[in-house]
Amino acid sequence: MSDSSIPNPKIKLAVYWGSACGGCCVSVLDTHEKLLDIVNAADLVFWPIAMDIKYKDVEAMADQSIDLTLFNGAVRNSENKHMAEVLRKKSKVLVAYGACAYMGGIPGLANFHSREEIFKRVYEESESTLNPDKVRPVEEFEVKEGVLKIPEFFNDVYTLNQVVDVDYFIPGCPPQSERLVEVFTAVITGIGLPPKGSVVGALEKTNCDECLRKKTDNKVIKRFYRPWEIEDDKETCFLEQGVICMGPATRGGCGVRCVTGHSPCRGCYGPPPNSTDPGAKMMSSIGTMIDADSPEEIDEIIETIVDPAGLFYRFSLPGSILGRKVL
Amino acid sequence: MSYRPTIVAFLCNWCAYTGADLAGTSRLHYAPNIRIIRVMCSGRVEPTFILKAFQQGADGVLVCGCHPGDCHYHEGNYKCLRRFKLIQKYVDQMGIEKDRLRLEWISASEGQQFAELVNNMTKTLLLLGPVKIQRSLEVQHLKQ
Repeated sequence: MSDSSIPNPKIKLAVYWGSACGGCCVSVLDTHEKLLDIVNAADLVFWPIAMDIKYKDVEAMADQSIDLTLFNGAVRNSENKHMAEVLRKKSKVLVAYGACAYMGGIPGLANFHSREEIFKRVYEESESTLNPDKVRPVEEFEVKEGVLKIPEFFNDVYTLNQVVDVDYFIPGCPPQSERLVEVFTAVITGIGLPPKGSVVGALEKTNCDECLRKKTDNKVIKRFYRPWEIEDDKETCFLEQGVICMGPATRGGCGVRCVTGHSPCRGCYGPPPNSTDPGAKMMSSIGTMIDADSPEEIDEIIETIVDPAGLFYRFSLPGSILGRKVL
Repeated sequence: MSYRPTIVAFLCNWCAYTGADLAGTSRLHYAPNIRIIRVMCSGRVEPTFILKAFQQGADGVLVCGCHPGDCHYHEGNYKCLRRFKLIQKYVDQMGIEKDRLRLEWISASEGQQFAELVNNMTKTLLLLGPVKIQRSLEVQHLKQ
């Protein structure tokens, strides 16, 4: 159908969640009244959190018929993978939306364990589990009505980009809604869209550049504190107080909300440009701040960082250089 | 083919690299498993370098710099030591054996010590067997 009387036909928009908490979908709703502008400019063709549309309806759509898909959540099981592949085929622009799709996110922390370890814990060992026969979920089960199937649970958690080609990445847990409106406007107007593979809706500098707390160049740390172990003076740089803040290894763009709320940055916006591994960047940066020369003293100070891997890779384990704990 | 460990070594220009050079000019025999990358200072070695080396198949990573107090840039080797201790803890958490990653101080006159270090590390890696990272990563990418 061609309707030349409409100068700007509505674009088709899809939002999908993989292995996600739902926060990214809510961040789309958090555009508040701007959502009405979005709906004015776009037809929502698929959005499981808000609309009742089945997978088979999406599968039946013509290839490249969706203009923009925001895929949030990591790829954890075969259902996530299948939908990632379907949506890649059906979409002109596929955006990895949020920390999980971009770097693996919180679900990606499962890469510290194997599937077997997780199943054993969940179906046998957890305090609330009563499962004497050690029954585990099976992917296929025959009943008299036919075969029941559930998705396969992968051994690893993947970022979206490790499964399908991704056009753009919007970081954040969740992404700031104002940024989504900017990106969305760029996609509809086609103005200001960077090259494929870019991180959009975020800045080129680190969070420290945006942060308003008092900082000096000479950071020296004698011991690290967890946030609850110290009374924050609410104005000095967290690192200078000895509290680990991911600011130096995190891309700006969130508006430094956590630090403004007197909580150290956790790194959900991912590494700054030209750096692929936020944890390596953080170790590099923190290493120089440790104020000790003897190996024993350095060990003592590092001992106060309880879980460097979990802390530095909180949102980025699957997308990091090592990707997972070695099996 | 039998397993031959590969060691990626980052040697500082002023002490360790010169020490390795001395091992060569003194015609010392030592294990050929080492692949040397010269850096201006051990303080230049970023954690990314070490992780990338492991990711791309190094069975061991060796970082060598000037003895404490001898750094050409005054304190580069101390910075290296602090970073190293941190990344050692991370690497251990990620299930990579601690012995695969070493930091040693080698002066320009310690050619003999360098040769012994490489021999020792090669022996340790032979006992540990090949690094398992690549096998773990093989299952990682689903994209065809």
